[in-house]
Amino acid sequence: MTDAATTDAAPPANGPLTTADGRPLKSALARAERMRRVKAMLLVLPLLLFIGITFLSPIALMLFRSVDNPIVADNMPRTIAALEAWDDHGELPDEAAFAALTADLAEARRNRTIGRLATRLNYETGGLRSTVTRTGRRAQRLKAPFKEALIGLDGDWANPETWATIKRLGKRITGVNYLAAVDRRYDVDGNVVPQPEVRRIYIGNFIQTLWMSVIVTIACLALGFPVAYLLSILPLRYSNVLMILVLLPFWTSLLVRTTSWIVLLQTEGIINDILVWSGIISDDGRIQLIFNAEGTVIAMTHILLPFMILPLYSVMKTIPPIYMRAAASLGASRHYAFRRVYLPNTLPGIGAGCLLVFILAIGYYITPALVGGQDGMMISNFIAYHMQRSLNWGLAAALGAILLFGVLILYWVYSKLVGIERLKLG
Amino acid sequence: MKRLLTASVSAVAALGLWAGAAAAADKLTVVSWGGAYSMSQVKAYHEPYEAKKGIKILSENYNGGLAEIKAQVEAGKVTWDVVDLELSDAVRGCDEGLLEELDLSQLPPAPDGTPAKEDFIAGTLHDCGVATILWSTIYAFDAGRMTGGKPRTIADFFDAKKFPGKRGMRKTPKVNLEFALMADGVPPGKVYEMLSTPKGVDRAFAKLDTIKDDVIWWETGSQPPQLLADGEVALTTAYNGRIFDAAASEGKSFEIVWDGQVWDIDLYSVPKGSPNKDAAIEFIKFATGTKRLADQASYISYGPARRSSVALIGKHFEAGIPMGPHMPTSPGNFKNALQNDFEFWADYQDELNERFNAWLAN
Amino acid sequence: MLKPPAHASPLERIWHYAFIAICAGVFLFLIAPLIVIIPLSFNSLPYFTFTEEMLALERDAFSMRWYEDLWSREIWRQSMVNSLFIAVCSTVLATALGTVAALGLSRPHMPFRAFIMGLLISPMIVPLIITAAGIFFFYARIGLTGTYLGIILAHTALGTPFVVITVTATLIGFDHSMTRAAAMCGADPARVFFKIVMPLILPGVIAGALFAFVTSFDEVVVVLFVASVEQQTIPRQMWAGIREEISPTILAVATLLIVFSVAVMTTIEVLRRRSERLRGVTPA
Repeated sequence: MTDAATTDAAPPANGPLTTADGRPLKSALARAERMRRVKAMLLVLPLLLFIGITFLSPIALMLFRSVDNPIVADNMPRTIAALEAWDDHGELPDEAAFAALTADLAEARRNRTIGRLATRLNYETGGLRSTVTRTGRRAQRLKAPFKEALIGLDGDWANPETWATIKRLGKRITGVNYLAAVDRRYDVDGNVVPQPEVRRIYIGNFIQTLWMSVIVTIACLALGFPVAYLLSILPLRYSNVLMILVLLPFWTSLLVRTTSWIVLLQTEGIINDILVWSGIISDDGRIQLIFNAEGTVIAMTHILLPFMILPLYSVMKTIPPIYMRAAASLGASRHYAFRRVYLPNTLPGIGAGCLLVFILAIGYYITPALVGGQDGMMISNFIAYHMQRSLNWGLAAALGAILLFGVLILYWVYSKLVGIERLKLG
Repeated sequence: MKRLLTASVSAVAALGLWAGAAAAADKLTVVSWGGAYSMSQVKAYHEPYEAKKGIKILSENYNGGLAEIKAQVEAGKVTWDVVDLELSDAVRGCDEGLLEELDLSQLPPAPDGTPAKEDFIAGTLHDCGVATILWSTIYAFDAGRMTGGKPRTIADFFDAKKFPGKRGMRKTPKVNLEFALMADGVPPGKVYEMLSTPKGVDRAFAKLDTIKDDVIWWETGSQPPQLLADGEVALTTAYNGRIFDAAASEGKSFEIVWDGQVWDIDLYSVPKGSPNKDAAIEFIKFATGTKRLADQASYISYGPARRSSVALIGKHFEAGIPMGPHMPTSPGNFKNALQNDFEFWADYQDELNERFNAWLAN
Repeated sequence: MLKPPAHASPLERIWHYAFIAICAGVFLFLIAPLIVIIPLSFNSLPYFTFTEEMLALERDAFSMRWYEDLWSREIWRQSMVNSLFIAVCSTVLATALGTVAALGLSRPHMPFRAFIMGLLISPMIVPLIITAAGIFFFYARIGLTGTYLGIILAHTALGTPFVVITVTATLIGFDHSMTRAAAMCGADPARVFFKIVMPLILPGVIAGALFAFVTSFDEVVVVLFVASVEQQTIPRQMWAGIREEISPTILAVATLLIVFSVAVMTTIEVLRRRSERLRGVTPA
């Protein structure tokens, strides 16, 4: 680089400058530059490939799962084709569609895929599972006219809504999971409408997740700021000792810390014992501190506090104490100097700490799952629930995609405001 | 660095080999629900089978549901050989092609020669599963801590005035909605009919509302005895075997209220594509024999699924008390009992779960 | 510093002592939960609170029974072996991949540095539940669920960001003319790396490796989704224990893990100081 700069400064009188082997210097330099880039790239490539395969592609696959909807299309090809021309305005489709359905269900039963089909339809409309499996069991023996036969078998087939559901789910790529993830659904005319009130759950939970994360972030800031300040003004030999109190929890297993909080907070636990012993509450009046939102917030604040203190500390450490002294000598009160001089200087640390804590809090799973009880659930818990219990993987993927989107926005803000390279550990 | 890389590459290669080798079968993985229940299976089924066949049985725990099985089957890499399933999951798994179909005619007959199909209690044999036990969800309390009168009926569970204190309930709508309706005066025979209507569901949730603030929700079967023992709850729903076990083995003064019990069966199934399918079926045939089923009842108070086993039920292996009266099916306990309707739950669990979760959060 | 300045007004004095009290409270909040479970793990009774005998420091009130229980249970021993095996393998992989990538990223000629860095760090930022769900779908397709390899690969991906960050940090301000100088003196690239670069980045590599190790050792969400019984790890076993019945055995495990984290923390601190000394950065 420096060589190039000096030659540029003194251009030769005639012709382009060449290297010893006669090539133009400019292209030789460009070539060297390219080689260096390629070399740097080659060093990064193994990890990039590794992360691409083991991390990014699974996430891409999950995003695909959230819109992928092959089950109905695969198992009811005839029915979907027969319903193509049908528009669902309160009327039943024609005999051909009923015949196609009978054939499809009979085949799905033979292939043992009818359960999957029934489950998929049941996610949309409760009760369709048994309608489909029951019809499947008899489909082989049904005779034309199929319309009467099917309706005689189960009243659901006389409901245009059933057919509308099948037609809608016949599309291989679908947004229904995202609709469900924001408490919306299609009505019989294909309009997007809110779920009935008793089934609305996810929007409320997204808000609850954000709200709990905000509270945890604020609590971490409120608790972390004075401690970081103290650590930054103490002489090193004291602050190093006190730093251990911050770093030890940081290095301790998440599960260990969650266990400790369960032990401390349970009704027969130490905190309640102390309160009873000191006479603040009676033995019958023990307080429910765990298995609710409050307990979750307390445990999460404890777990995430070091992530606030460490960035705050590293910023505060760089603020020269002379600033405050200068302000004081100019006549500012300590309070005024703190507010107008010190605080603005800590803003990068506050920003970094708050964003980091918020990003980590919003995706928390283990702690809410263990101490969340009924009202301390976060969106991650519902993702896990649909992954492991209800097996509605499409909905789990859609909820995950929304959460991921939110986190990526925050991550982008973090990289713009703080810079990923400034992410520090320990 | 190069050395490091070579080392890690060969480590990964070695791992691949190891993972492949581990699939070869001189062992079976049998998956069940943990705690006292798994222990009873280990004692009554696994250990005699290991002794007889000289193979190793790995006992794993799970919390029910089909998620793991579905993942294994879809991946084509089945590591579970025998799974203890609830009936609704066994039926759903069978419908979805996740479980092997079993040849029920191969099951051994009763000692008196009655064919298995007649020996098993009606509704306990299915295409993909063989029942081992009848179990029941009941509610229980700690007589040592109960100062006033004792609760007797399912309505008492919902009566916060007469019996104050926290209640433990399983964090699912299943069974809780049934309890709520029965406590509200619906006879067992009408419960599912009622629950199939929106009005009935509203009624059940309204009844649950009356105690909602007092409920501590449990998720695994071993939690309720723990909650009772710690005094975290005054009353709790629970699986009857767990309560009996705590009372018999640990000497707790727990008592069961049988009124309004909701009973169900557990079945042994084989996930589709198990590499040890034949060995797994051999194990099931062994475990569901008359003697083995009767033997299990001396470790835990769940009723055997074979009629011929009932007469062989003996005493508790430690406490020495006769097990007969502690079975859900014992006449004194069975008066006001409801059988869990798997068809109903398979149909409505998605929307009722959603509604239940929404109800919990608000 | 613990005394207010001599010229402080009474209000400022109150404020100062309040500040000290708040800080003391926060330190207590940070450390008390960890300290409390240590004596409880020696409780001779299966309770999670201090019995009167314990407070009176009677000898009978304390026992090693939960540690004996821990040792006698095969499942815990197996979990320990699995945890160590998985953590060591994924640490080796993550350290190798991460260190090489960090060397590339710190070269002045690295194109798209910020973007690539963003991608490489993302496993640390993306919520674990999403990672676990994605890996579950992915492994279900390619048949890696329930294998050691699958978990090791997933943990490697989760551990690399830490290695990249710590090694990149040691290379900040690295004078690249040193490697050129060495090369001009006739050293081959391997020699340059081991003689010049390695000593400088070693503290960062070890710190990153420790982070990667702890990440894997403590990870439970991915294990919950993709492991089978054979890959049972300590955190997985603790998770099951907490959900089912918290026996004091869990507290014994927790105590051992706290001791372990003290060791890790000490190592990291020693390394940090060494690194600062080496690079001539005096601790401010």
